[in-house]
Amino acid sequence: MTEMVEQTSAPAAEAVASRLKRRYAAERRFQFRGMAAIAIALGFLALLLVSIVSKGMTAFTQTQIQVEVTFDAGILGVAPGADKEALAAGDYLGLAKAALWARFPDVTGRVERRQMAALLSPSAGDSLREMVQADPSLIGATRKVWLPAADSVDMTNKGFLPRDPKVEGARLNEAQLAWMGTLETGNVLSKRFNWKFITSGDSRDPTQAGVWGAVVGSFYSVLVTLLLSFPLGVATAVYLEEFAPKNRWTDLIEVNINNLAAVPSIVFGLLGLAVFLAVFGLPRSAPMVGGLVLTLMTLPTIIIAARAALKAVPPSIREAALGMGSSKLQMVTDHVLPLALPGILTGTILGMARALGESAPLLMIGMVAFIVDIPGGPMDPATVLPVQVYLWADSSERAFVEKTSAAIIVLLLFLAAMNLAAILLRKKFERRW
Amino acid sequence: MQLLTLTVVLLLLTSIGYRLGRGKALAMAGGSPRLLHSLPRYHGYFVALWCGLPALLVVTVWLAAEPSLVRHLVEAALPSDTLALGDERLNLLYNEVRNVARYGMTASSPVVEAAAQRYSELRATMFAAVAGLALAIASGGLAFAYSRIKTELRTRNRVESVVRVFLVGCSTVAIFTTVGIVLSLLFESLRFFQSVSVFEFLFGTSWSPQMAIRSDQVGSSGAFGAVPLFAGTALISLIAMVVAVPLGLLSAIYMAEYAAPRFRAIAKPLLEILAGIPTVVYGFFAALSVAPMVRDLGASMGLSIASESALVAGVVMGIMIIPFVSSLSDDIITAVPNNLREGSYGLGATKSETVKQVILPAALPGIVGGVLLAVSRAIGETMIVVMAAGLSANLTANPFEAVTTVTVQIVTLLVGDQEFDSPKTLAAFALGLVLFFVTLALNIVALHVVRKYREQYD
Repeated sequence: MTEMVEQTSAPAAEAVASRLKRRYAAERRFQFRGMAAIAIALGFLALLLVSIVSKGMTAFTQTQIQVEVTFDAGILGVAPGADKEALAAGDYLGLAKAALWARFPDVTGRVERRQMAALLSPSAGDSLREMVQADPSLIGATRKVWLPAADSVDMTNKGFLPRDPKVEGARLNEAQLAWMGTLETGNVLSKRFNWKFITSGDSRDPTQAGVWGAVVGSFYSVLVTLLLSFPLGVATAVYLEEFAPKNRWTDLIEVNINNLAAVPSIVFGLLGLAVFLAVFGLPRSAPMVGGLVLTLMTLPTIIIAARAALKAVPPSIREAALGMGSSKLQMVTDHVLPLALPGILTGTILGMARALGESAPLLMIGMVAFIVDIPGGPMDPATVLPVQVYLWADSSERAFVEKTSAAIIVLLLFLAAMNLAAILLRKKFERRW
Repeated sequence: MQLLTLTVVLLLLTSIGYRLGRGKALAMAGGSPRLLHSLPRYHGYFVALWCGLPALLVVTVWLAAEPSLVRHLVEAALPSDTLALGDERLNLLYNEVRNVARYGMTASSPVVEAAAQRYSELRATMFAAVAGLALAIASGGLAFAYSRIKTELRTRNRVESVVRVFLVGCSTVAIFTTVGIVLSLLFESLRFFQSVSVFEFLFGTSWSPQMAIRSDQVGSSGAFGAVPLFAGTALISLIAMVVAVPLGLLSAIYMAEYAAPRFRAIAKPLLEILAGIPTVVYGFFAALSVAPMVRDLGASMGLSIASESALVAGVVMGIMIIPFVSSLSDDIITAVPNNLREGSYGLGATKSETVKQVILPAALPGIVGGVLLAVSRAIGETMIVVMAAGLSANLTANPFEAVTTVTVQIVTLLVGDQEFDSPKTLAAFALGLVLFFVTLALNIVALHVVRKYREQYD
């Protein structure tokens, strides 16, 4: 017997060894493929974030030109003691232009002067108007003021447009580039933090456009969503977990909730359009309606999270409460809910984060309009951050590319903050029974 | 503003009711709550509910009924020649009346001005009446409940039954939402199918709804054959799945079977970030970064790739879905019982052989369910395709060409349009109906498969 084994074993062992080698190689290849898959996915994430951040960071600064403005009543066309309306109607852009011309006294031709004035943003007068409106005694005085440069200057200064007028795509001519250079060497043309982007609403002029209007619109939408979906979601979860008898009716409710969680968001937009706008006659573009639609959309998420949190509370707590003579409702409100609250809140925050990033259903109910004013309440026409991103992404102007990326950065910062809050909440209050 | 004041007054009255009820109950028990059937606060809630609930209900009903009621009354007083204008003109006129009355716009005709006057007067009188009624009901309820309070009154049971009704009411919202979705989609779709046949919609191969804006144009009927949209949606979803399924599945296998706990603890949340990024961001990324890259790459290889190609939209959508596939597959792979693994190792199989020949076959139904769920997400995904896919309906299977999808068309048909009676806008609801039922069917099948699989090992 032993002889036979020895006879066959030498070639067999060789075969096994070579097969083992192949099998181990296959094993390594397989493991490598898994790692590669994760690496590819994370690589895409990195690429996405890097491309957005690198494109968007420049929008947080804006090229500005410092000029010495003389608030000349003659150029403005207002008398020193004029009332507010007359002050508002003054020619502030003319003031800004005159101040820039005063820096280059040897440029006198009409064409050249017009070209030089084109270095300033068409809205350069607005900040001067605000200054005078805040302090009418400025008229007649002289101040050094930083004014926004035109977006062609801004783009050239940031390196997005060529500095050579002969290269295709350049938007400044030789003279304008020369003035730009003079201003730069005089340290009166530089990139400064773009407060306008943080504090103002949408605008057709890229130097004026900001995200604040969209942030406020998002705030109202999410606020309405929170106020409606949190009580509704918690009440539904409490009913289904603690009170509901097991019958056809509650089965129907559960199936419904699970299916609603998977309905495409745009269908909720169609519902909002057909029901809230057409039947109830609510106004278009209002954060109120947006909030209603987002409520219906996020409700399943919150219900599912709240049910999981309620389930995690051990039955002993319930039995102890009932044993001490509390009613079922008292047991829920005084013992089960407080213990489940961190979990419910975590789920709610994640649901709100989803609502904040959602845009498709809001396009359906008209929140895609061009709105300059900052909304003052949930019934005012407004847009929200993700829709603002969509609107700016559609714009053809080069300057809006960086605005879009910057708006995305703002949106992602809000989302990151909300998710961080959810994680911290979970870490702090998570309890293993 | 007036409404806010009314609500605040009602809420104030309610809180007064709470204090009164609680105070009376305590006083009756001589300061020792043990003599009461229910805790003092329940007596307070009891009075507050009687005070606030009916009054707020009245206000809510009025809010819902007011617009149509006022409109009816205003229109009844319009001169007969204005009434004969027809519904559409009347709608416009009424809108103007409202704007004049609410925002002080200048009226275009004396008729409008008179109607606006009447509108404001009607609203003011009706509001005064409703406010009076609500306040009367609130104080009546307060007085009634207050007079009923006795030590042995079972206020807790009464309050609890009201809360229970509230809980049941909240849980039906989900059902109402589904009913609302189905009814609104069905209703508008039926109106659409009055002008376009169902057969033509489902099987027609040419789609150009833009023709149908005005009824007097040549070719005003438009073309509503949705097959190119279905094909485009299928193509983009297929590309997305080709990206998402292997990447998601392989990362799930690695996470579940190979990765050290520390690697898993870092990599898994990082992958989940992909799912948390808003889709509009992916759309922007696809249109602005990926599309030019792919186009240049194609040009350097002699391929002409459209800048809104199905490939780009599909690939980026696939990336978005990776965490969805991977976390579902991860759950299912970890749910495969360990004795299957150990049996396989015991027979001398390597890890990858175990995965390929034992675990994956065992987990297959669950993975198929997960993939079906992912497909339904890809079909319903909107922003990526709106920003990165094309608008023109192309019936092609070439991923380098631009195609359009169902969701893109819904958005383009409805954005900026207020008219509800042209086939163009109604077509969006028919598309929505198809979308809803297809995703619903996919979800039901997927959930069924997943559940069935779970039961196998439980």
